[in-house]
Amino acid sequence: MGISVKNISKSYDKVMALKNISFEVKPGELFGLIGPDGAGKTTLFRILTTLLIANEGEATVAGYNVIKEYKSIRNHVGYMPGRFSLYQDLTVEENLNFFATIFGTTIAENYDLIKEIYVQIEPFKDRRAGKLSGGMKQKLALSCALIHKPKVLFLDEPTTGVDPVSRKEFWEMLKRLQKKGITILVSTPYMDEAALCDRIALIQDGNILEIDTPEVIKNSFPKRLFKVKAAETFKLIQDLGSYEQTHSAYPFGEYIHFTSNNVDFNAKDLVQYLQANGHTDIEVNETAPTIEDTFMELSK
Amino acid sequence: MKRFIGFIQKEFYHILRDRRSLFILFGMPIAQVLLFGFAITNEINNVDIAILDHSKDATTKEIIAKIAASKYFSIKQVIDNEAAIEPAFKKGHIKAVLNFENDFSKKLISENKATIQILTDATDPNTANTISNYTASILKNYQGDLNKGATLSYQIVPKTRLAYNPELKSVFMFVPGVMTVILMLVSAMMTSISITREKELGTMEILLVSPLKPFQVIIGKVVPYILLAVINAIIIVLLSLFVFKMPVEGSFFLLGAESLLFIINALSLGILISTIATSQQTAMMVSLMGLMLPVILLSGFIFPISSMPLPLQLLSNIIPAKWFIIIIKGIMLKGVGIEYLWKETLILIGMTLFFIALSIKKYKIRLE
Repeated sequence: MGISVKNISKSYDKVMALKNISFEVKPGELFGLIGPDGAGKTTLFRILTTLLIANEGEATVAGYNVIKEYKSIRNHVGYMPGRFSLYQDLTVEENLNFFATIFGTTIAENYDLIKEIYVQIEPFKDRRAGKLSGGMKQKLALSCALIHKPKVLFLDEPTTGVDPVSRKEFWEMLKRLQKKGITILVSTPYMDEAALCDRIALIQDGNILEIDTPEVIKNSFPKRLFKVKAAETFKLIQDLGSYEQTHSAYPFGEYIHFTSNNVDFNAKDLVQYLQANGHTDIEVNETAPTIEDTFMELSK
Repeated sequence: MKRFIGFIQKEFYHILRDRRSLFILFGMPIAQVLLFGFAITNEINNVDIAILDHSKDATTKEIIAKIAASKYFSIKQVIDNEAAIEPAFKKGHIKAVLNFENDFSKKLISENKATIQILTDATDPNTANTISNYTASILKNYQGDLNKGATLSYQIVPKTRLAYNPELKSVFMFVPGVMTVILMLVSAMMTSISITREKELGTMEILLVSPLKPFQVIIGKVVPYILLAVINAIIIVLLSLFVFKMPVEGSFFLLGAESLLFIINALSLGILISTIATSQQTAMMVSLMGLMLPVILLSGFIFPISSMPLPLQLLSNIIPAKWFIIIIKGIMLKGVGIEYLWKETLILIGMTLFFIALSIKKYKIRLE
């Protein structure tokens, strides 16, 4: 009853958006598609929500085939596109009412499902949707996608352009919805959100790099990881790039994440190299890898 | 059914909340009818003319008095030599000069013939033509009076009767045209814009991933505009009845039914446009260029089809507005019934069915 994707490929003209993708989402799972813009996430969502037809492969959603049984899927899934897609000239309440009506239900009937989300925007129920803040828009869009009690929920980059506090709240809501038995497929470009999913698929350029739990993916990082800091960050990146023992060096917040191609790498060698290049305030410490580190390593 | 009503309700929210469009929707028909009715006309009234009278005798005075008495002309200037004609025209107020030759009465009596030169400003050829026709007919009348009692051996007297619009009011010609243009605009352009807006805003994506069937979305989009177009048609007919005293000789019921048919025809064209256009801008451009121009130029609204070159005459046959204009002119002015208009009606029905079938075929249940 979850989602099953088998060997899906899709191309637009000459661009291959998805290349032979396969994965399974178990019923009741919170599954994350993690990848940068242009990785093919939206195309995959559109195929699964019956909006596009794949060139090759098969997919089922809630047990229904996305091509033959598209009408059944349209009755049982909730879809929140990446772009805010509600009626800006309708009020919060009118939007919700409209979506309830076209799905043949009422707000009252499924109120308990959306209650926790909707109470936060209910004080503004007479405000036009176009005048809401980014976070409130997302909450309204989620309420509208949930109002017919879908079996599977598709959320395409729901937190893009939303402030950190609203993002955190949004993920807490997803966790609660999951407990109510809804299968959720969510995409995001933010690696920190990946840790909140049951399982994730790292996707880039239409390929899936890795599918597993966030924990396993983090621990699969093959090398020792160091965080490096110095007074002049820009010069630091350049110098690390020309250092003979460098395997990778990426900016990560205020640090540079560094791995070495030398199995017996010694941090002291690096400090010496940097001092020789005129760096001051040098810090080199070993650190635990994150999903982003794994992603960068895999996509190398 | 409840879903469908919910959808229509939403459409009305959109329409009623967009004040600007609403104003255009109802302001435009009124403005257009009044404009065409009052300002843009082929009739001439109170045209300023000048008189150059070389004779200044009883006959010329009588003729001038007759011309001055008609409502078509008002004598603005009296000039006394040929050299003054040119400056009079150049100032721009004078549209015609009547030049009476020397010894007008004498010549008329002795030679049975005298000449008046009618000089008109043909920068506006229609007006120039009308002026010379009107002047000629006033002169002919006067000549008739002179010849009363006299016996002329041979005489052919044409007696003209202008059927269906005896006063040659141009508003009679414009109202059917304006009505056609407005119904086309409201129905085709507004629906195509409203459907493409959903595509542009991304809401079409959500509507597609919902149990609403495509035909429910389309019909739901169209119903409010049928209503608006019908209201517009009623406003136009009322204006022409009460402001311009234009008669509706035929049956109101038939007029209503034919208008509804034309509205549905235009709506199906609007849907067809929206299945092709991806943005509101394209929808608007296609509606304006692809529908409005042919409706105005090729439907016989302004330019008579019979005087067009053959290719254009043939082209005009595929324009629904041409047939609708024939129908409403028939009903409003000639008072004919369906027994004379069935052919045009069938053509409109056929076109409508064709457009609907084509839009259903073109309507996408997915994004591609």
